[in-house]
Amino acid sequence: MAFDYGKYIRPGKLPHIWCPGCSYGIVFKSLLRAVDAQGLDPDDIALVSGIGCASRLPGYVDFNTLHTTHGRALAFATGLKMAKPDKHVLVVSGDGDATAIGGNHFIHACRRNIDITLLVFNNFIYGMTGGQYSPSTQPGRFASTMPYGNVDFAFDIPALATGAGATFVARGTAYHAAALDKLIVDAMRHRGFSVVDIVNACPTTYGRRNKFKSPTDMLLWMKDAFVPAAAYAKLSPDEAAGKFPMGVLHRVDGKPEFCEAYYGMVERLKS
Amino acid sequence: MTRVKLLQGNEACAEGALYAGCNFFAGYPITPSTEVAEHLARKLPRSGGVFLQMEDEIAAMAAVIGGSLAGCKALTATSGPGFSLKQENLGFAMLTEIPCVVVDVMRGGPSTGVPTGPGQSDIMQCRWGTHGDHPSICLTPAYVEEIFSETVRAFNLSEKYRTPVIVAFDEVVGHMRERIEIPEPGAIPLVGRPRPTCPPSEYLPYDDSRGDVPPMANFFEGYRYHVTGLNHGPDGFPVNASPRIHTDELRLLRKVEGNRGDIVRFAEHRLEDAEVAVFAYGICGRSAKTAVDQARSEGIRAGLFRPLTVWPFPEEQVAALSGRVRRIVVPELSLGQIVLEVDRCAKGRCAVEGIHRVDGDPITPAQILARIREAL
Ligand code: SF4
Repeated sequence: MAFDYGKYIRPGKLPHIWCPGCSYGIVFKSLLRAVDAQGLDPDDIALVSGIGCASRLPGYVDFNTLHTTHGRALAFATGLKMAKPDKHVLVVSGDGDATAIGGNHFIHACRRNIDITLLVFNNFIYGMTGGQYSPSTQPGRFASTMPYGNVDFAFDIPALATGAGATFVARGTAYHAAALDKLIVDAMRHRGFSVVDIVNACPTTYGRRNKFKSPTDMLLWMKDAFVPAAAYAKLSPDEAAGKFPMGVLHRVDGKPEFCEAYYGMVERLKS
Repeated sequence: MTRVKLLQGNEACAEGALYAGCNFFAGYPITPSTEVAEHLARKLPRSGGVFLQMEDEIAAMAAVIGGSLAGCKALTATSGPGFSLKQENLGFAMLTEIPCVVVDVMRGGPSTGVPTGPGQSDIMQCRWGTHGDHPSICLTPAYVEEIFSETVRAFNLSEKYRTPVIVAFDEVVGHMRERIEIPEPGAIPLVGRPRPTCPPSEYLPYDDSRGDVPPMANFFEGYRYHVTGLNHGPDGFPVNASPRIHTDELRLLRKVEGNRGDIVRFAEHRLEDAEVAVFAYGICGRSAKTAVDQARSEGIRAGLFRPLTVWPFPEEQVAALSGRVRRIVVPELSLGQIVLEVDRCAKGRCAVEGIHRVDGDPITPAQILARIREAL
């Protein structure tokens, strides 16, 4: 039976603002399937975002939704989660939103290991403002503010999250949508801070400048370039050139989760 | 348990917050406001509340808004550069009408300035700090006991009008220790946010058809709705280039400006027959009181108008005062901010003269007395 997306979408709020060929719609659907697979009550979910193309997503979904300021979604989400630790708090963010202006909140949410799931819609560019380079734009790529090719370096977002202390770190792509459903489910079920770096296609401001003739080319690039982590580990350096691992890249179970640690202290003080 | 205590201003602020039902604090260490956080770091976990030291000032403001949206009474406290960093999210709380209280313990100077000295030069930032048109409620206590009661009032106003409220006091009052009698629980009535009575299916989070303050549902209560920092319609969803934006921004302003009678509070001292008035708040208000009493003992008919609410500005009161006195003297720890408001409201009916000092020390009663004498 076809999946009923309609039950999670607010009446009258579509069509979305995303461009034709944008892969965000694919990821949006994956997110809804992942939530559905867990059988969660929409009343118990908060979906929080910052600013950017991805950050418009919460408006379409019939959860408790909060569209905040640029880069700050995780900090707002931390407030919600600490106030209501038994609820599910999800954050959607772009690469610029999460790791440039929001970089400080990103690393500290990782360090704190608060039970929030962050989905980074990583399209290597600032889409909404028209294609400026971001902290995840690879060297040599083109952007409106790197018209001669990017001379700056890129973050490896999963490595950043791992280094900062996140206890569940995964990478998926818009092409591998079915696998993405499972990554989002596992990320949300994980008790602690979870990050899913989701590779996305922005044909409008990134693809055009970077020799992707069509949105399909961008998806095909994902198909070729992203390899399951176990297979990636077996590649020779030559074979690994231009390829990236995907799937669950880092997982630690048993590190105390922040809300549990805090409310554990509250309980101890009562006695 | 004795309710009489010797408390520092910053501690009284924290105690006032707890009295008001504050159960959520997020902050970042900064002089001279840190004791507010330290006090709450000890108290809040004991009462099951949330205390968060965030990674920066911006995150603290954001977390406070998140906490409030989930139903908590939420507070942050800061100073100087920290207050500048709060501004963007303060504007978010104003536009999205999420109650919260922001304490600004004012220090001197732009930039790092004089972290350990008092200042009052944030007062226009309290009014206009975030970008765009917006309302502002800002309370300015001058005594430790007043810091307590005005912090309680800040929570009440914030909840009642669904808007952030700033409590601004200077470093001297923040660090001063004074006797304070903590009121019995219930002695000061507490106000909660207006709550929806309709079923979730009919809930419009920004419905202004029944008044300027729409009822507020908290997240996770079954009223699933959208909150955005974009200008929005009654349903909370973004609107673009709509007449609604204009009328809604007027409503936001009106819910504060239109309730001056409820929000504006002030203290008068020996103003009845005054020829010279001093308009002063915070530590300057205390120096001014001494100066006025000394002037009276010299036979000079001087009086003091001390606002406890600086924003919205006590326009009517200052206008009336300007018609009764020859001169209004305005001592302030800035190079001339609130004096402009006094002048605006006096409309030339009397002379208005500032005394300004920004070297990290308070304005003394002698300085004010000298200007009172000159006035005659
Ligand atoms: S600009 Fe790029 S990321 Fe934004 S909606 Fe268009 S294609 Fe998608």
